[in-house]
Order: sequence, then structure tokens, then C-alpha cells
Amino acid sequence: MHNRFDGKVVLITGAGSGLGQASALQIAKEGARLSLVDLNTASLEETKNKVLESVPKADVLLTTADVSDEKAVENYVNQTVQQFGAVDAFFNNAGIEGKQNLTEDFGIEEFQKVINVNLNGIFYGMKHVLKVMKKQGSGSIVNTASVGGIRGVGNQSGYAASKHGVAGLTKNSGIEYGQYGISIKAIAPGAIMTPMVEGSLKQMDPDNWEEAGKEFVKPNPMKRFGKPEEVGYLVAFLLSDQANFINATIIPIDGGQANKY
Amino acid sequence: MTFPVLEGKVAIVTGSAMGMGLATAKLFAAAKAKVIVADFNEEKGKEAVTEIEANGGTAHFIKVDISNSDQVQSMIAETVEKYGHLDVAVNNAALTPDNAPAAEFDEAYWDKLISIDLTGTALCMKYELQQMIKQGNGGSIVNISSVSGFRPQPNNIAYVAAKHGVVGMTKVAAMENGDKNIRVNSVAPGAIDTPMLRGSLEETGQTEEEFAPQLSLLGRFGQPEEIAEASLWLASDQSSYVTGTVIHADAGYTSR
Ligand SMILES: NC(=O)c1ccc[n+]([C@@H]2O[C@H](COP(=O)([O-])OP(=O)(O)OC[C@H]3O[C@@H](n4cnc5c(N)ncnc54)[C@H](O)[C@@H]3O)[C@@H](O)[C@H]2O)c1
Ligand SMILES: NC(=O)c1ccc[n+]([C@@H]2O[C@H](COP(=O)([O-])OP(=O)(O)OC[C@H]3O[C@@H](n4cnc5c(N)ncnc54)[C@H](O)[C@@H]3O)[C@@H](O)[C@H]2O)c1
Repeated sequence: MHNRFDGKVVLITGAGSGLGQASALQIAKEGARLSLVDLNTASLEETKNKVLESVPKADVLLTTADVSDEKAVENYVNQTVQQFGAVDAFFNNAGIEGKQNLTEDFGIEEFQKVINVNLNGIFYGMKHVLKVMKKQGSGSIVNTASVGGIRGVGNQSGYAASKHGVAGLTKNSGIEYGQYGISIKAIAPGAIMTPMVEGSLKQMDPDNWEEAGKEFVKPNPMKRFGKPEEVGYLVAFLLSDQANFINATIIPIDGGQANKY
Repeated sequence: MTFPVLEGKVAIVTGSAMGMGLATAKLFAAAKAKVIVADFNEEKGKEAVTEIEANGGTAHFIKVDISNSDQVQSMIAETVEKYGHLDVAVNNAALTPDNAPAAEFDEAYWDKLISIDLTGTALCMKYELQQMIKQGNGGSIVNISSVSGFRPQPNNIAYVAAKHGVVGMTKVAAMENGDKNIRVNSVAPGAIDTPMLRGSLEETGQTEEEFAPQLSLLGRFGQPEEIAEASLWLASDQSSYVTGTVIHADAGYTSR
């Protein structure tokens, strides 16, 4: 079988859980050398073990980093280049959800925190990876936005602002870097069942969050949550050479939900 | 070589005698689908089948004018008769853009283009949906739109109207059929090097060097195979949570 990532170096942030972990697993199966980044060292180890279970010979580098700290970002990019000599593809994905409440109650500190991780973290990642890719003359980047980054969802001021920012950055920088053989796109996941969404349902209804989940997906055209693996397939496609003509655009993966806001 | 992601599936690709449709039919066959090459160009359509078979694929030609409802219904019936079911469809056939300003458009050409690019696409989707609903185990439909489904192109009033319409009908069908696991999405190509594009260049007297940078941030035309890859991904089960979505495969054109 043809492996789209044979010998390629793929860098993934937020790789300890959810979408980052699922993408790491998919891409590892297709022959990539992985550089995995997360704030949480234990969860990174867990992802590595899962990767090695399915691909025993996989080459995996782990770096603990807070993506909202530019020095730490520079460091994870340097570590990757030192270890593997390149960054062929970058899944710029780490993010947090923030509180759910009215805009007036959201709070300045909370707003700054969400922006620091979800928007600044993505910007720092692009800044340092693009330098490497521009020198290489090739590369692909997938940023994680959200349906909340292309539609108004409500009760998530910080998240909405940060994810709309990610969509904007993606378009802006995609336009700049197409000429260097680099494509930059974003995904806009809807409700994918990950620890983050579990947390968010627990905010809505701490005692009965599973019921709350069922209610939540009723209006979804496909009437279900997505699975992290489904996002992994999209990320793998978008990071591969097969998607080079797809640039500066945002791709929803949401069971059709974005059409209903 | 590619992933056998369409193994066991039957796929109709309309307008697959040449251009992007042909590249799509070839890629789908390489991904192990049984492919219906549906086109009104019989000679080129049969050539496509011969080529696919020579490469070890499975394909069958059906002559169809997608603007004719009876012929579209027969296309579905013949597909099911031949291969037993229908799982995937790429509605790709279209007529070349018009070339007159809005104040002067040719009404006969408007009718013809709308009957193919808009109504023909809707007819194909209608009868594909009916068949998939009857089968009861889902399906994936990809309608080919265009950058002209999002941005105006002067002198292309009928084409731009039709391609905007393709985007709208895709989303409506997606909303209606998500619970049946029938997914409906669109690919919106930028400037792709096909006979259609070469024809338009000839008509307007432009060269690739002049035209490509206007439309493509990569400074080159896309290759038909690049669009085929996006359709393949949407056609396959790897996109099982994606519906009502448009993949813009235009090197960034529509984000400006
Ligand atoms: N799950 C969904 O439904 C959904 C929907 C839309 C968007 N998203 C986005 O997808 C991305 C991944 O989400 P997920 O659902 O997999 O969440 P998750 O909570 O399961 O995983 C996120 C990972 O990012 C890490 N992380 C958080 N802050 C970090 C920081 N400052 N530095 C480094 N790592 C950090 C966490 O430790 C965790 O391992 C996020 O950007 C999220 O906003 C998720
Ligand atoms: N080439 C581009 O740059 C470009 C850009 C954006 C969108 N598109 C779209 O992509 C699709 C494919 O375009 P292409 O460039 O490969 O076109 P093409 O003209 O090269 O091929 C179109 C095919 O459709 C067939 N066809 C036309 N009318 C038909 C009808 N009524 N019934 C059955 N078959 C019919 C033709 O015989 C031909 O084989 C079209 O929907 C087109 O609008 C093309």
C-alpha cells in the first residue's frame, strides 16, 4: 500500500489527546517520523505508546511545551529540525475551550488565556515552522479552527474570537506562502467526542452530561458526534501531497452543522 | 498506486470522457471502485473505459445527456443492473462557460447552460439520492462547483449563476440526508488544466503565463488529478463525518 508520509517529518501539537492523538496515529501508520508536542508530558507518553503499539518501528520525538510561550515554541521547532532535519508537515492543533457564559461575564483574564493558547499559540507555531518550510521550499500546515471559528455559536467569547482569528491567519498566510510551495489550511471541527467536548458537556450539565450530549447532537444533520479518527483522516489527507492545490481555506468536519447556525 | 478506499463501491462519474472527470474516473478505478463513465461523448467515453480496463480497473460506459431526466433515470437503472448498487457519484459534467456581458447575454446559450450545469446536476443528484435512499446504507455524492460558485467572473453570467446554484443544492441535500448517512459535498476547483480551460483561453486569447497567476496563488494551473484526489477523499468512507461542505481546491483564490 502506498504510504503518503513515508520518510516525512510531521509535527503535531496537542498530540497528547483527542484530535492530535488520533492524527498522530493515522499519520504514523503511513510511515511518518513524528514530532509530538503537548503541555502534558504523561499524555504525550500515552500517545507514543499507542503509536508504537500499531507501528513498532515508528520514530517518535516528544517535546513538552506550552504553545502560548514563544520560546517554548521556538524550542519544539528547533528540536524537530535537530532530530529529523526538516518539518514537512505541521498540524498546529493545541487548544483549549474556555468558559461557557455570556460575553459580559467571560472575564478579561479568561479571554486573555484562551487567546494566548488558541490564537497566539497558532501564530507562534506558524512563525517558526514557516521559516523552516520557506527554506525547504515545501511544506503543508493544517491549523485547527472550529465551527466556532466560522459561525457564531454563543457562550464562548474567547473561543470564538481565537478560532475566527485562526481562520483569518490561515487565509492571510496561505496567500503569502503559496508562492514558496507551501500550503496552509484550517479545519473546522464540529462536535467531535474528545476529552474537550466531554468537559464542555460537563459544564452544561455536570450530573447528566451524557444526556446533554444526546440533546446536543439532535439538530446535527448526521445526528451524532464525530470521532477523533474521522478528523485524523482529514488531517492526513490535507497534510499529504495530494492536497497541495488546497490552500488558504477552511474545511468543516461537522456532520453538516455549520450550515445550521 | 493509491489506497483501495473505494473497494466494493460502485461510482458514477458524469462528464468523465475527458478533463477532470476522466482523471476522477481513473483514480476511482485505481482505488478499486467499479466506475460508470457517464458522458454524452460516446467515442471518448469508450476510450476512457478501455484505458481503465487496460490498467486493471473495472468500468462501464453509459451515454447520457444529464439535462434529460429520462436519460438520467436510465443511467441509474443501467448502473444498478450492471453492478448491483450505487454508492458514490461525482456530478461533474458541465458545459463550457458563456462569453458575453450581463447586459447582452445570449438567451439560448443561457437556457442550454442552465439546463446542463444547474438542472442537469440537480437531476443527477435527485435520482442518485433516490437510489441511495432505497438501498438504505448511505452513500456519498460530490457535486463539482467552481470558484465561479463563489466569485463573479465577468462575461460568465450563466456559468456563475449555475455554479452558485450547485453550491446551494449541495447544502440542501446534505441537510436533508445526513440522518440517512448519505453525504453530499462539493469540490470547487480553481483554474485546472483541462480541455474546458484550454478552450476558454483560446476564446479569450490569453496564455497560461498571463492567466494562471491571476487565478492561482501557486502561479500554475492545477492538474485534473489534484481535483480527483479531493473528490476521492470525499467519496471514500474516510470523510464519514463530512457533509454539506465545500472543499476549495483553488490554491487560495477564493480566500482573497
Ligand atoms: N473536539 C471538538 O469537538 C473540537 C471542535 C472544534 C475544535 N476543536 C479544536 O481541536 C483542537 C484539539 O481539541 P481536542 O478536542 O482534541 O481537545 P483535547 O482537550 O482532547 O486535546 C487538546 C490537547 O492540547 C493540549 N494543550 C492544551 N493547551 C496546551 C498548551 N498551552 N500547550 C500545549 N498543549 C496544550 C492538551 O494537553 C491536550 O492534550 C483544539 O484546538 C480544539 O479547540 C475541537
Ligand atoms: N477546468 C477548469 O478550470 C474548471 C474550473 C472550475 C470548475 N470546473 C468544473 O469542473 C467540471 C469538469 O470540467 P472540465 O474542465 O474537466 O471540463 P471538460 O469540458 O474538459 O469536460 C467536461 C465533460 O463533460 C461532458 N459533458 C458536457 N455536457 C454534458 C451533458 N449534457 N451530459 C453528459 N456529459 C456532458 C463533456 O462531454 C466532457 O467530457 C465541470 O463541472 C466544470 O464546470 C472546471
